Amino acid sequence: MSTLTDPPKDSFRLSMLINDTRYRSLTFQALAFLALALSFMYLGNNLIANLRAAGLNINFGFLTDTAGYDISQKLVEYSNQDSHSRAAFVGLLNTILVAVLACVTATVFGVIAGVLRLSNNWLVSKLMAFYVEIFRNIPVLIWIIIIFTIMTAVMPAPRAFRGDNATATMVFDAFAFTNRGIYTPLPWFANGIFESQALNWLLVLVVACGSWFAARRVNVWATAKQEATGERPNTLPMLLGIWLAPFLILMLIMGLTWEYPALKGFNFQGGIKIGGPLIALWFALSIYTGAFIAENVRAGIQAVSKGQTEAAAALGLRPSKVMNLVVLPQALRIIIPPLISQYLNITKNSSLAIAVGYADITATLGGITLNQTGRAIECVLLLMAFYLTASLLISLVMNVYNASVKLKER
Amino acid sequence: MKKSVFFGAMTVAGLAAGAAAAATLDDVKSRGKLNCGVSTGLAGFSAPDANGEWTGFDVAVCRAVAAAVLGDGNAVEFIPTTAKTRFTALASGEIDMLARNTTWTFSRDVDLKFDFVGVNYYDGQGFMVPKELGVSSAKELDGATVCIQTGTTTELNLADFFRTNNISYEPVPIETNAEAQQQYLAGSCDVYTTDASGLAATRATFDAPDAHVVLPEIISKEPLGPLVRHGDNGWGDVVRWTMQALVAAEELGVTSANLAEMSGGTNNPEINRLLGSEGTLGEMLGLDADFGAKAIAAGGNYGELFAKNIGEDTPIGLARGLNALWTEGGLQYAPPFR
Repeated sequence: MSTLTDPPKDSFRLSMLINDTRYRSLTFQALAFLALALSFMYLGNNLIANLRAAGLNINFGFLTDTAGYDISQKLVEYSNQDSHSRAAFVGLLNTILVAVLACVTATVFGVIAGVLRLSNNWLVSKLMAFYVEIFRNIPVLIWIIIIFTIMTAVMPAPRAFRGDNATATMVFDAFAFTNRGIYTPLPWFANGIFESQALNWLLVLVVACGSWFAARRVNVWATAKQEATGERPNTLPMLLGIWLAPFLILMLIMGLTWEYPALKGFNFQGGIKIGGPLIALWFALSIYTGAFIAENVRAGIQAVSKGQTEAAAALGLRPSKVMNLVVLPQALRIIIPPLISQYLNITKNSSLAIAVGYADITATLGGITLNQTGRAIECVLLLMAFYLTASLLISLVMNVYNASVKLKER
Repeated sequence: MKKSVFFGAMTVAGLAAGAAAAATLDDVKSRGKLNCGVSTGLAGFSAPDANGEWTGFDVAVCRAVAAAVLGDGNAVEFIPTTAKTRFTALASGEIDMLARNTTWTFSRDVDLKFDFVGVNYYDGQGFMVPKELGVSSAKELDGATVCIQTGTTTELNLADFFRTNNISYEPVPIETNAEAQQQYLAGSCDVYTTDASGLAATRATFDAPDAHVVLPEIISKEPLGPLVRHGDNGWGDVVRWTMQALVAAEELGVTSANLAEMSGGTNNPEINRLLGSEGTLGEMLGLDADFGAKAIAAGGNYGELFAKNIGEDTPIGLARGLNALWTEGGLQYAPPFR
């Protein structure tokens, strides 16, 4: 009888790298890695050699130089005497602002359109199908420009509000819709507890957090009572009190007042200005990405077994309850991973901002700074680093959220 | 050992790529075509006409260089560049020269490694406002919304002007002239600022040019001229002296009308050297002896080009002003051809 023996343990020969299946894959991986490393080294070497031939070098010193240009929308203090790095920071905040706003609204648009597309109402479902197909099949840059152009052409210029026979009027004497943006009243505290308005707002936030915790305690108490007695106490008045009373008292103490925008000189002054470029970019990104999210939502819902819907209906739940309590929570597990991609798309597509003159980081660091200093490679490297970091952070946060809602397997 | 040979080969290849870019004149000759960077469209300076032919004052410089080098003013590939892409296009070798109302500044010449070969238009930054605003001076523009073309010296001049005068403004950065024009006409900015020549060119394309005024303040010096890559001085000389030939032609009274007659030889040795019937100036540049005559034949002398493209009889309607010959109180002055 032949017996199975261990493979021969003879000494290692060089030809085994190709002939022996145990080593062959390792050999190929090593070769592929070497080729990859060499091609990257070639590219890097080429870059350095060409830069040297052109008498240039890679140097980030320009970031501390005076920027010398102005930015219209700034969330932090900035003047043209600040450095290029400060200008880049202003742009970075603008990018984050529009990305966050667009992610929120795109999700809202997407969920509504996705759910309605499955509606039994023929008109509603066809309308939503129309929305999805129109918006996701036309490039977002074109949407941004269309929306911005329509805004500037249709809305009145600030000078239309002037004079006795003005062609435009403010809404409630508080809101002005112009082709440069929307002006709204600005709330501020006449006799705030702190000197700085920002600290006062922080206080409001702290109070709101307190209310939220209190409201949670009330809910926990109500649930406990329901489980003990089978009857849920009416918590609505209590919740209203918890939310509104501290807030109103705080507002009264700090003397909440409104600063209304008013036409002064060339523009409206005072109040809050939401710039036209921001609105156009925000709306275009939301409505475009919303169409993609709608499809994700529809796919997620349809992936939930029909038996679930039927079982829920058999229990006597109304269709809206079936959707909210049974289908959507299960669909969410399928929707979230593609949703991450859409959020990343929004962040990256926000770099089209310069088409409408919105000062995002591509427009400041990758636009004006790059032009004025001529440091193209450095600026583009910084931009790549920023977008990569931002995208990875969004991925991380969403993956953590995904892990918390996905099917728990025990 | 094999590896070091590989790396050595790569280094040589990298260096050779750098060195190859240095002989632009040979590249242009062997290609049979000049790659010339122009703007994406500024009436009078560089814009395609109804037949798709590029015309304009900057375009004429490209054509003159192509004629001097290749003997054919139409052997030009016009490559439209925005304010943002122009320098990268030149530095990377995508274009051989840039003739796109570009301001000659210290940092562009020194830090960005370009060579400005001369000034074909002396300009300055101005402001345009609708007449109905009733503004008569740029100092009354406190709080105004200003449209600017991004990636230009105008952004910095604007910031400086408003800071010196201690007034505020809101910038709207726009990528191209066409978009800026649209924003300005829709009233989403009160003021449009760019070089005064650009304002005149833009205003000329409006439906009602008279409803807009260019304010008297000129807030900067903007010497506009063609530029080439630093380091290839032979090519720089070709572009520089082709341009100067156009100015010299105007100084010496050589026009496209009398060019053929004068090329045969005159009793003025400077004209003879310029047109190549005497001396070896063309040979020194590595061109034909009659490079000057060919350059002038492409469109005419400096004065003719000015009158034809942007002069007072065109819709742009610019006066010669600073751009008149030095003999007539302007700044255009050609060094001697000898």
